[in-house]
Amino acid sequence: MNGPVRDFWLQFRRNRLGMVGLALVLLLAAVALLAPVLAPVDPFRTSRQALLPPMSPGFLLGSDHLGRDVLSGVIWGSRVSLLVGLAAAATATFIGIVVGAVSGFFGGWVDELVMRVSELFQIIPRFVLALIVVSFFGSGLSNLILVIGILSWPQTARIVRSQFLRHRALPYVDSARVLGMKPLRIMFAEILPNVLAPVIVVASLDIAQAILMEASLGFFGLGDPNLRSWGGMLNTAQGFVQRAWWMSVFPGIGISLAVLGFNLLGDGINEATDPRLREG
Amino acid sequence: MSGTYETKHAETGSAPTPLIEVTGLHKQFASGGRFRRSRRSVHAVDDLAIRIHAGETFALVGESGCGKSTTARLMLSLQQPTSGDIRYKGTPLSMMSEAERRDYRRRVQVVFQDSNSSLNPRKRLGTILTTALTVSGAVADARRAVARAHELMEDVGLSPSASFFDRYPHELSGGQRQRVGIARALAPEPELIIADEPVSALDISVRAQILQLLQRIQRERSVAYLFISHDLSVVRWVAHRVGVMYLGRLVETGPVESVFTRPVHPYTEVLINATPVADPERAQLRHVHVVSGDVPSTTERPSGCPFHPRCPLAVETCRSEVPELLPVGEAHAAACLRATERVEGLRLP
Amino acid sequence: MSPAELQSKTAHPVLAIENLVTEIRSVRGLIRPVDGVSMSFPAGKIVGVVGESGSGKSMTAFSIMQLFPTSAARVAGGRVLLGETDLIGRSPEQMRAIRGSRIGMIFQDPTSFLNPVLTIGRQIEQQLEAHRWTGGPPAGDRGQSYANRVSELLTSVGLPRDVSTRYPHQLSGGQCQRVGIASALACDPDLIIADEPTTALDVTIQAQILRLMMRLQRERAVALMLITHDLGVVAEVCDYVYVMYAGRIVEEGDVRSLFAAPQHPYTRALMSGVLSLTGTGNIGFAVPGSVPDLAAPPSGCRFHPRCPHAMPRCSQEAPPLFDRPSGRSACWLHDEATP
Repeated sequence: MNGPVRDFWLQFRRNRLGMVGLALVLLLAAVALLAPVLAPVDPFRTSRQALLPPMSPGFLLGSDHLGRDVLSGVIWGSRVSLLVGLAAAATATFIGIVVGAVSGFFGGWVDELVMRVSELFQIIPRFVLALIVVSFFGSGLSNLILVIGILSWPQTARIVRSQFLRHRALPYVDSARVLGMKPLRIMFAEILPNVLAPVIVVASLDIAQAILMEASLGFFGLGDPNLRSWGGMLNTAQGFVQRAWWMSVFPGIGISLAVLGFNLLGDGINEATDPRLREG
Repeated sequence: MSGTYETKHAETGSAPTPLIEVTGLHKQFASGGRFRRSRRSVHAVDDLAIRIHAGETFALVGESGCGKSTTARLMLSLQQPTSGDIRYKGTPLSMMSEAERRDYRRRVQVVFQDSNSSLNPRKRLGTILTTALTVSGAVADARRAVARAHELMEDVGLSPSASFFDRYPHELSGGQRQRVGIARALAPEPELIIADEPVSALDISVRAQILQLLQRIQRERSVAYLFISHDLSVVRWVAHRVGVMYLGRLVETGPVESVFTRPVHPYTEVLINATPVADPERAQLRHVHVVSGDVPSTTERPSGCPFHPRCPLAVETCRSEVPELLPVGEAHAAACLRATERVEGLRLP
Repeated sequence: MSPAELQSKTAHPVLAIENLVTEIRSVRGLIRPVDGVSMSFPAGKIVGVVGESGSGKSMTAFSIMQLFPTSAARVAGGRVLLGETDLIGRSPEQMRAIRGSRIGMIFQDPTSFLNPVLTIGRQIEQQLEAHRWTGGPPAGDRGQSYANRVSELLTSVGLPRDVSTRYPHQLSGGQCQRVGIASALACDPDLIIADEPTTALDVTIQAQILRLMMRLQRERAVALMLITHDLGVVAEVCDYVYVMYAGRIVEEGDVRSLFAAPQHPYTRALMSGVLSLTGTGNIGFAVPGSVPDLAAPPSGCRFHPRCPHAMPRCSQEAPPLFDRPSGRSACWLHDEATP
């Protein structure tokens, strides 16, 4: 590990909540990766043993109204959540970095325009818009990812922009210009590595947001119908809240832990990289 | 025009073409903006003329806001002048081809004051130097760049270079970082290094080391320096010629010896008097004239001579007439309406 | 103040620190930025504390006020005697009552301690209120006497009275520093601690501020601790000086004799690094290396790795302060037992 990364890890390790977040995220990743091994059965396999409570033989977390295993559903659902979370956040981060960097580095009317557009994105109710777009274009996985990603870039863009505004006036950037470095290289090879820390923090929080949004869309029946997802499971659980609490509680726990994990991780990274929070 | 003195010399034809010649340089900024009422134009650099010859050190001194750093940025093409010309070996920048411009940028390098923010915190020292070598076109292939970076490190006293090559800026002391900054400026084989307050942030013991390094580099490579500083005692030691700036204008220029021992412009003398002397026997602050008033901001530039509201020698005409930079001695010029009286012995009260 | 009063005030130190040790807990272990420092500040004198970055000069001031920039720092030993009372171990309330009244402070960046949304007059009045200043005429309205005091203070630092109705951003850096001085003087302190008060200012403004401080200090016979890195400032304004290096005092003495004949190799190195306005020729010899890392200070004398006169003994034992004609100096060269 090289200098800055090692320093970061030494700081991060001291943060208990951050470590809890990291553990949750790693757990989620492990479950998602090992889903075929961990899940007792195919999550779509129906059986006659409908609405069995948890701890029933063969159905550790019970079964749903079609006799599908809840545990297997929760395990496979982690894949959807993680995939949508990561891919949507990656989309948002990519757009945010490019837009923010251009806006902050060049300033002027480009900056004005970009900031007004990002404000527009921030004031429209994102969930409602996602709902409309997904119901219009269909709720395939890639659509979900794109919609959530495209709706989430403004925060990253604003952070990247403010960092670029600060860094473009620093002497090391002036030195790069004096040496004759091209603007694109200055932006992405010189400045960007210095502003990644807050971007990673926002990305981590974006993942949590995306997981939540995907689950919410799923809850409204707009999840990918071909995949078993936590939101989708909540959707089907709607009619059985009274009779079969396990149908909603276990996917709910999955969503909560995943969102919590990424939030704690993000906060932990923030504290480890922000020198103002480091004291003592 | 305040360029008169410089132009006259050019007309004699005896002097060789200067490395850099700046004439009639102006830079105006639109300021304020947030509040319409305060929106005005700031004249940061006003009709500036300087020339720097190969291998010499020309110092620009002045207090904050006098325009010395803006001058540096204009010469580095980090900002564009409102008007005026910068000639490099006789060719004006505005007439240069793309290739000539690139060569100019390569030959004029910079060392900043704050060694901390002038190095990219995420880059290893070796990377910083090899990037400087390849980007500027000084070295074509990567392997050659690594070898050259090691040489540069040894040159500036970061020795053994192998122990510094993979370090990050924050692992170095301020003095060591400033050495890296100097090595980076040397990488493209410059002819002029603009040193903007290069030792102001350093401790005294380290400052001496860095000044010695800069002097050795000049001896060995006959590089010219534009040395920008607010500290007259540093300028006294490193510079051959000096220009004193006040509110964007050059008020006095000439050989260091002559300007410091026989200052003609009252502002120059006031600056010298205000500089603390590290000798209690000659402590002067208790006795000599201390100029009153604040340094006016460039948005509220006084009429006539910019220094007249604070000048102990100001007379009525100073309010209305802008003095030109005129010769007062051997290669020594001052922009003061009472320059002749000063040369003949008019002293500050 | 009558000459007799002046005399009695200068008789013994207003503030004395004895064997002060300050520690900071950090990721890299325990750091001692102040390590066994003793100083004394007599009334009516300007005492300079000079050193490079990391010498502990500012930390010494923070320790006196027990006001640290980080919560990881604490005074670990020694005494800070303000008159007869030891400030170490005082409660935060007691220290608050002392700071700003019996000890005034002037900072490097005057704008940082001024509240941007309050007028200058209001801020100084608040200070007077907080310390229940009672220096005004005995009878009459408190508010009126505070207002009078504010305009008296502003006049004494050379500011027009109407500055009291202005906000910090409407003032220049030099004017802000004058307000800082007025505020430090507000409650008639016994000691003023000025930490690099002119470092951020232009030289012509620095000259004005230094002159002002000298005049006020003399008029009021207050003790002034002037922390600076600039030997020129020390020579111009100080009566007595402590030279610090890596958390310790290496030399102290009367300013004239210390500048005339510096004793400690570090002081001599510092002086040779000073550039004079009149001198010519080459820069004096530069000391190699830089200030040591306080997390792992050199053994023995902390200057020995950079010292041209270092002997084997220097790396083993820390030298005490030896009496010299000019003052005291912590170097084994002064020890008669040294061969």
